Order: sequence, then structure tokens, then C-alpha cells
Amino acid sequence: MRPRLRTYSEVTGEDRSGLLAQVTAQRERVTERLASVRHVVAVMSGKGGVGKSFVTAALAAEMARGGRRVGVLDADLHGPTAARMLGVGAGPLAVLEDGVVPPTGIAGVRVMSTDLLLAEDTPLRWREPEHEGFVWRGTLEAGMLREFLSDVAWGELDLLLVDLPPGTERLAALLEFIPALAGVVVVTIPADASRRAVRRSLEVARAAGVSILGIVENMAGYACPSCGTVAPLFAGDAGRELADASGAPCLAAIPFDPAAQVAADGGGGAGGGAAAAAVRGLAAALLERLAAR
Amino acid sequence: MKFLCIECDRQMGFEERELPGDGTLAAVFRCPACGRSVAMLTNPMETQLVSSLGVQIGGRTVPGQPMELVRNTLEGGRPDAFAEPEAAAGSPRWDDAARERLTRVPSFVRGMVKRVYADYAAERGIALITPDVMDTARRELGLEGM
Repeated sequence: MRPRLRTYSEVTGEDRSGLLAQVTAQRERVTERLASVRHVVAVMSGKGGVGKSFVTAALAAEMARGGRRVGVLDADLHGPTAARMLGVGAGPLAVLEDGVVPPTGIAGVRVMSTDLLLAEDTPLRWREPEHEGFVWRGTLEAGMLREFLSDVAWGELDLLLVDLPPGTERLAALLEFIPALAGVVVVTIPADASRRAVRRSLEVARAAGVSILGIVENMAGYACPSCGTVAPLFAGDAGRELADASGAPCLAAIPFDPAAQVAADGGGGAGGGAAAAAVRGLAAALLERLAAR
Repeated sequence: MKFLCIECDRQMGFEERELPGDGTLAAVFRCPACGRSVAMLTNPMETQLVSSLGVQIGGRTVPGQPMELVRNTLEGGRPDAFAEPEAAAGSPRWDDAARERLTRVPSFVRGMVKRVYADYAAERGIALITPDVMDTARRELGLEGM
């Protein structure tokens, strides 16, 4: 009769593969990299099309103009827009021993995005076996996020903004890598449909123990480029309602400003109109919230 | 993971890893007592599951490279996405055939691959990188697609 097989734990020799140790080392590398970053803040929403990337880019630019060292990690891997909004175009990324050097945009904002890696008009795809790709695609995307955190030479930063895609899945991945996330800024538009979707994402953040730094109501009215008055654009009051529900402040109400949209698409932040003024208020309010932590 | 030789009740040692390039992987383990070898063969799906984590069965054979997972697995990467530093003076040289072979590596990942081969040669005092050196490195280090 065959003797009892020893178990994995009983066989005390080295586990040469050390898969767990390799994964642990990856996490440690993220921690080491972000040791020089004072605050990591995620910008999220449960709803698509509310202008998260605009808010992220404009906020980053405003913070940087104010003298802060700011980075933007575009975690919207499938729909990257933050880099262009910050004036960063495609070009070779310098690879040093220590990591990939992030290019700089408006006011020196350091940026990393899939937009800088993918050929023009090419969607995010992976080299993978033809079948069952859904099994590992999420893992690959989480791996990309991890490498954006750990393998980019972010350097000393006062603030790293992570522009999350719509939904809540990537927030969970981010928290795996950064348990000490400073918090989230949640973006909505005034409409009730947005309020309902964003409310769900607030619950996810709350359940994960993430600090909700505040709500930003984007497209809060239409700023007339001729007379400067702000007229209603969407029915609803989602920003205030979400702030009440979450107990977090409404950090800013940013009107839709055609000049800001043109400026952002051209890599110029929020421009100089009504939206830019609201973004200045947002930056000040967020700094207060971070200082109070 | 560990492999146990049942007859000898000894843990088998990792010997080598082979990546034939078809998405599969072979890892060879040998019993230090009786010399018996076994090969663990994984299909493309199993291989992909592991590599998606950015880890290597049998342990790492080369130091991690910046954005290694992204560069190894992203499809449709911009050819000029990365600019590797110029080789330092005294680095191994490349003969024409090796240089030509390197051009067949997708440009998105070429710089990283070049650095791995150059480090391999430098660590062994090899002054000239030839296709034979690349084959040996590929076999020893278990480099898929390089």
C-alpha cells in the first residue's frame, strides 16, 4: 500500500515558482512607487458620459497651475481621453531602469494612459488564445492598472488623480493595489437618471470603506458664451441630493461651457470661462477636504 | 506549486521551462534522489491564466522590466510607444543576423526584448550576440516569442 502523500505544507523545500511571492512582490512595488505620492484620489461615477475625464483633467491642470505636483492616471483603459485633454500627444515614452517616464502636459501634469500606447484608432485588445478571453481579460486589465501604478516613474507628487471608467469594477481593482486611497470624487450630472446610477456607485464606495471626498455636479446649466448667464440644461438636482445622501459635500457645480469643451479637446484644460471658475472652486474645496483628512 | 517524487518521498527540483511559442508551456522537474523527471504541460488557456497575473511558473528568470505585462500582451501597440535608452559603452554588440532577427520582434516590445538579451550576454561575458546566443538565452530563460 502506498504511504500517505505529504501535503504541500509538509514538503518544506522551496516553492521555486513562488507565485504568491511574485504577486506579493508586485503589490509591494506599487506601495514603494506610491510612497512618494501624498494623495491618491479616484474620480469616478456610476454613469457614463457625465464628464469624469473633463473634471479630472481640468482639476489636475488647475492644481498644477496652483503649484502642486500632479499626476493623472487614466484608468479608463478602453476609452482614454484624459491625456489629450491635458495636451499630451502620442510620442515615445522614455524607459529607464526605474520605470517609464510619464509625459507632461499642461502646467507639468504627469500623465499615463492607454492612449499613449495604442496605435491610432486601435481598440484595447490583448494577445490571448481565441476562446474564453473573458476569463482573463479582467485580470489583464487589472495588471495594466497595476503597471500604470508601479512601473511609471511618477516621482514626487502632491496628488495623483485616477480617472476611473464608468461603473464600479475598476474601483475594486484600484483598492486592491491602494488600500490607503485618500478617497473618491464622484461626478454626476443634474439629471435623475444620473443620480440613480451614481447613488449605486456611492454605495459600492461606502461598502468598501472608501472616503467620499465630495460630489461634483458637471453640466450644471449652460453658460451662454455671449452674455455669461447660466441657464438650466438638465432637469434635476442630483448633485445636492447625492451630497445629502452621502453626507459628503457638493464640491462644485460646473456649468457646461462651450469654450471649456473646445479648450479641453484642444488640450487646454477648462479654458477661461464659467467652467474654469467652477473648477478653481473645486480645486480649492478638494484641497480643504484633503487637508482635513 | 511543488512536485513530489512518490517513490523517494523527495521534492523534485525545477529544471527548466520551455515555451514553444504555441501558447503552451512545459516545466520540467527532476527528483534529486532517483533522477526521474516529469514535465508539467499546460494548455494555452492554463498558460494564459497564469501569465495574465504577470507571474512565471518556475520563478522569474530575468528581472522584471517596466510595463512588462502590458508590452508582452497588448495587441495593436503603437510601434514607437517606448524609447529604450542607448546601450552603454562596452555593452555586447549584435551581429547582422541577430540584429535582423530582432527586427522580427514587434516593435512595441522590441526594446524590452533587446535589453533582456543584452543583459544575458553581459552577465556571461559574451561580447557578440548572435542568433545562437539568442537561442541559448531563449531556452535558458524561457522567453516566449523572443
